Amino acid sequence: MMLHRHRGESKLHLIEEASRQEIDRWIAKYPADRRQAAVMAALRIVQDQNGGWLTTDLMDAVAEYLEMPPIEVYEVATFYSMYELEPVGRHKICVCTNISCMLCGSEEVVAHLEKRLGIRLGETTPDGRFTLKEVECLGACVEAPMFQIGNTYYGNLTPERIDEILDALD
Amino acid sequence: MVNIEINGIRIQAREGSMVIEAADEAGIVIPRFCYHRKLSIAANCRMCLVEVEKAPKPLPACATPVTEGMRVFTRSAKALEAQRATMEFLLINHPLDCPICDQGGECDLQDIAMGFGESESRYREPKRVVPDKNLGPLIATDMTRCIHCTRCVRFGREIAGVPELGATGRGEHTTIGTYVEKVVSSELSGNVIDLCPVGALTSKPYRYTGRPWENRSHPGVSPHDCLGSNLDVQTRRGRVMRVLPRDNEAVNECWLSDRDRFSYTALAHGERLHRPLIRQGDAWREVEWQTALEYAAEGLRRVRAAAGADGLGALISPSATVEEGYLAQRLLRGLGSGNVDFRLRRQDFAQEEADPRAPWLGCAIADLEDMDAVLLVGSHVRKDQPLAGLRLRRAALRGARVMFLNPAEFDFNFPVAEHLVAAPAAMVDELAAVAKALLEIEGTHPPEGLAARLENVEVHDRHLAVARHLHAAQQAHVIVGTQAFGQAEFSALRALANLVAHLAGAGFGYLPEGANAVGLSLAGALPRAAEPAGRHAGDMTGQGLRGVLLLGVEPEYDFADPAAARRMLDEADFVVALTAFATDEMKRWADVLLPVAAFAENEGTFVNVQNDWQGFAAAAEAPGEARPAWKVLRVLGNFLNLEGFDYMQVDEVREAARAFAGEVEVKAATAWAMPRWPAPGEALQRIGYLPLYHVDPLVRRAAPLQGTPDARADIAWLGEAAAAALGVADGARVAVRQGGAEVVMEARVDAAVPDRCVLVAAATPQAARLGPAWGPVEVSAVKEAVAS
Ligand code: SF4
Ligand code: FES
Ligand code: FES
Repeated sequence: MMLHRHRGESKLHLIEEASRQEIDRWIAKYPADRRQAAVMAALRIVQDQNGGWLTTDLMDAVAEYLEMPPIEVYEVATFYSMYELEPVGRHKICVCTNISCMLCGSEEVVAHLEKRLGIRLGETTPDGRFTLKEVECLGACVEAPMFQIGNTYYGNLTPERIDEILDALD
Repeated sequence: MVNIEINGIRIQAREGSMVIEAADEAGIVIPRFCYHRKLSIAANCRMCLVEVEKAPKPLPACATPVTEGMRVFTRSAKALEAQRATMEFLLINHPLDCPICDQGGECDLQDIAMGFGESESRYREPKRVVPDKNLGPLIATDMTRCIHCTRCVRFGREIAGVPELGATGRGEHTTIGTYVEKVVSSELSGNVIDLCPVGALTSKPYRYTGRPWENRSHPGVSPHDCLGSNLDVQTRRGRVMRVLPRDNEAVNECWLSDRDRFSYTALAHGERLHRPLIRQGDAWREVEWQTALEYAAEGLRRVRAAAGADGLGALISPSATVEEGYLAQRLLRGLGSGNVDFRLRRQDFAQEEADPRAPWLGCAIADLEDMDAVLLVGSHVRKDQPLAGLRLRRAALRGARVMFLNPAEFDFNFPVAEHLVAAPAAMVDELAAVAKALLEIEGTHPPEGLAARLENVEVHDRHLAVARHLHAAQQAHVIVGTQAFGQAEFSALRALANLVAHLAGAGFGYLPEGANAVGLSLAGALPRAAEPAGRHAGDMTGQGLRGVLLLGVEPEYDFADPAAARRMLDEADFVVALTAFATDEMKRWADVLLPVAAFAENEGTFVNVQNDWQGFAAAAEAPGEARPAWKVLRVLGNFLNLEGFDYMQVDEVREAARAFAGEVEVKAATAWAMPRWPAPGEALQRIGYLPLYHVDPLVRRAAPLQGTPDARADIAWLGEAAAAALGVADGARVAVRQGGAEVVMEARVDAAVPDRCVLVAAATPQAARLGPAWGPVEVSAVKEAVAS
């Protein structure tokens, strides 16, 4: 039997003050009764706050803050590939293997990365530096093959260029 | 109306309707998976693709509105090609496990694949596998079979109001589930079994027990709530295999509550009584019906001779049929006693004369949807009558003000405009404050006797809001709910609710407990319904009886005061129980146990709150020697040499009961009479909430229902202040005491419970050992023994 108030603890405190302010800026862009419209931005913001991945608690906090059922937040978070539901390395390498990149040699890019890092697609190096991820077209076909690390796109990849890029990272 | 043409047939379609609706009305078959007339349109399965003239590509019939002059082709080469391609696509990841799938034989995918697909697959690659989800004891899942139509998701969000199911992941990785594993907490969850077009969601209790073509279908009526949902009882070789809804737009639409769907599982319970039993000293002997009935008749006659007719009484279940109630009251009255009642949980009979002829709803069930404002007094309607809750939910989502006055803040799955929460005794003042606000709005004087009382009543914003909403509404209704009937202040609450409805120009009615409160009232199973008049259930229990006839009840669960009921039975000289189940408790005080048919084995009539007389025939065989109770009562009447007990068919009894009822004016509202006002007390009050899966002997024995979270009622809920005062923490153990009895329960602290109250549900094994469901109670913390 259920009464009204016997609910789980609030998880709102998991959203840091700076994140909350940023989420509020997004909420302000939509009509007052459409707070949920900010869900994608909110998820990105708390993911950044948490070192690049989302915990269930954080998703619940977003649901609570935007006044939507938690499952609807999970639906969004699991649908888009930019949300991570498990811890990732300091640098997330998102390799495009969609059609244009594939025609221009993304298979070699993946092979080189896997060899150099000693991990397979979807894995993280033991030292926590790199995560390797396969993604669909990132809209940068003109520079195929390409990948994205953090917020930066790198195109026209060759094994040498990949080494250069990775050597420059901490 | 819009003129369209489908396959050359001219059709008039409603403006704004979809092609699929027009086709359905015209009887033209268009295959579909995701479309369902009661759910929003998702248009995600693409099975309903049809050709539309001038459209370059096939269009989904479920999401294409009709337009004037539109020409649709559902069987053209282009349409068939689109349907075949969709079918092939849907089957890519669908397992070929039809031989071990419960949906086989009634699977939309199977049927549509036969009608619209190819006979061989071109797909050679591996198929995906999806882990199953745990949705609780009612629903079995095989998620690999899911075709992502999202009917179950939409049902949860739109109808049941439990947005716990969702579609997570993307593309081939999409899965349906709760993401964070949890049991779906809806009282309507079983409907997703009917909705799921494939075998992904099936009935857990029915699993692997039968094939649809082996089952025979029988119309039935729900025996658990006052709506009388229409059932399709499916049997095989005389046994109930499962229960499905039977469409009736005016009552249950195409839905069914879990209680109605799964209670049949108790029919095979180990406590079923198969043969008549009579007491011989301390032993029980199985006997022939003849012997048992002679023994029963003889016992009743003996008691009457010794103690007079007033020493006899009949206490019958509020879910007994019209025929049973009619024969029971005729039998008692034939013996010279008017002591007959089914209002077993009621303790306040102060204004019994203000009872309407029967506790009707006062409007059609479907009308609840169209109300603009509704005030429910003492109601957890979502759980009490789940499908009435669904109607009110629709109203609330449409913007209607659905409001409650309750002894605790029950949870609802729709926006509640005002929730007045007060300790049981204080509920009267809350309602009086609403009445006072209405008197001010109307500028009229309070009715007789009330003025003095109202002087001390303060009107707050919340009361004003309730009053304004009711007053301003085009369509408003005030309902006295199931949780109010047992309260010690019932008559005052009822009188004031009537007054509030009257002042607001609103309708008035009831949602009583049981399947047949209306039918039994009309059939005369009440102490004042005919001559001789008799005592009501409260007096029969309190003052005692020498000879007792029980029908379909377990007194320690089904009476207002279990302790008093036991005392009464222990002290009686002779007790005859017509019962489907035999328990040790019954063997303590009964002298004769007569096995009767239960639920779908029975035949008879229920009258629901909108006054539909719904008859049903026996669908299944009763076990052993068990017989329908009306036959038992009829023959018992013969053994007692009573006049007019010669019925051969149940229909004849029904007609006699109808004749007894006469012309009925369906009106639940009654005139004002000043009620007794409760005295505010300092003592801790018990809130004897009646939980949905404990309402009657059948439900209490339905194992799958007992495994759901809703069945958990062995908890003492305390408000924060009360818990602090008693030094009780959430999860601690407390002793609950009433009279001499004490039970130890787990405590939960919850702000939903008002001050100086503890919610200890009625009709549970714990409550069976306590006193009145509503009334004073003592609670203390239990010192936990330190583990050594
Ligand atoms: S489980 Fe059934 S109803 Fe739900 S989405 Fe899958 S196929 Fe549709
Ligand atoms: S295909 Fe790789 S960026 Fe478009
Ligand atoms: S029924 Fe039309 S798209 Fe599914």
